[in-house]
Amino acid sequence: MTPFWTLLKRDIVLAARDGGALGTALGFYLIVITLMPLGLGPDLNLLTRIAPGVLWIALLLAALLSLPRIFETDYDDGSLEVMAMGGLPLEAVTAAKCLAHWITTGIPLALLAPVLGILLNLELSAYPWLIGTMLVGTPAISFLGAIGAALTLRTRRGGLLLALLVLPLYVPTLIFGISAISAATLAAPSGSTPAFLILSAISLSAIVIGPLASAAALRAQLQ
Amino acid sequence: MQLIAENLVIARGSRIIVAGVSFDVKEGQALQLVGPNGAGKTTLIRTLAGMMHPAAGDIRLQGGEPDVPLAEHCHYVGHLNGLKPKLSVLENLRFWGEYLSTGEANPDSLDKALGAFDLKTLANIPAGYLSAGQKRRAALARLLAARRPIWLLDEPSVSLDKGSTEFLADAIGAHLKDGGLVIAATHIPLGLASPIVLELGKASAP
Repeated sequence: MTPFWTLLKRDIVLAARDGGALGTALGFYLIVITLMPLGLGPDLNLLTRIAPGVLWIALLLAALLSLPRIFETDYDDGSLEVMAMGGLPLEAVTAAKCLAHWITTGIPLALLAPVLGILLNLELSAYPWLIGTMLVGTPAISFLGAIGAALTLRTRRGGLLLALLVLPLYVPTLIFGISAISAATLAAPSGSTPAFLILSAISLSAIVIGPLASAAALRAQLQ
Repeated sequence: MQLIAENLVIARGSRIIVAGVSFDVKEGQALQLVGPNGAGKTTLIRTLAGMMHPAAGDIRLQGGEPDVPLAEHCHYVGHLNGLKPKLSVLENLRFWGEYLSTGEANPDSLDKALGAFDLKTLANIPAGYLSAGQKRRAALARLLAARRPIWLLDEPSVSLDKGSTEFLADAIGAHLKDGGLVIAATHIPLGLASPIVLELGKASAP
């Protein structure tokens, strides 16, 4: 097995054994979405209209909670130093760790979203687009988020700084994720595809840029 | 194989930590770094491990595998153990064996590594439950889980008891006999037969 798969497998096993992190993210997502109808009142038309936006924004916040874990534990216990000495370039190390984060956090959050859509009276025709955009958009969250996680690695209590650094990077994902879903609910299905394709392009760029930038940040942090 | 450093200067910002150090370590030789706290022992080892870049001077490896950087010839055991508390000792060791040797971990070498540091009875216990000394032994077992010719050890005997220090000395002795190189920052003599001792002075003022 190549070091890349060894590392990916280890990170997934660790996330599975340490279920707390995923539980927190899913629980946070559930709570935020549950609070929305309670705070906004039982106007079903209003909820239907804002559902895509609320589902996406809450997903970003829930994912943000889990971002520090991408590198923090490995940095704290010295594993990252040893990983830097392996035959695997640091770019591939960060790519494996981002991929593991997407598999263990991004996919579960994306799969929970349709269930929470019921709470917000999301239109039936929007569900395929909701699941599609979230599965395609969440890699960007993991791979761009890793840049912030690597930059704030040595700042104690860097969570808030991480949010400030990373949330602006999520703006394109948010805009095109929401517009793909909204176009479907407005009975203009032809409008969804372009937004969906742009969302895919954003994720593909993030998969390239994220590991390069976070590896550069990690090199500085390891000095 | 021969590791040569010439007039190595290492700085953090404008502060010079290691000034003009030269040494030359050949196969089967050990280099012991000594010096007071803050003398730059850790900095020097991290530079050899490729995590920092020297401000001046040269580090060369002769007779190593071509096209493979120095860092990939080295094992590094620093102050931190690099163990995952949720994985068992054997799982930790297997991960490092596979990761560092870029291939299947050899079950024999894992077994040998566990045996050399008396970890066989602890193999299936999560590393989080181990005592400080046992964790250190598990970290040192990594040296034997994947074969690499140069060992960079930073205070390897911290929190080891007398018996465990002997396991470490035996492992170092066997590695040297096998044609390996050891560079260790330590104050405790690790049973090295004839180490080259490099004394690092006090850190220079800025």
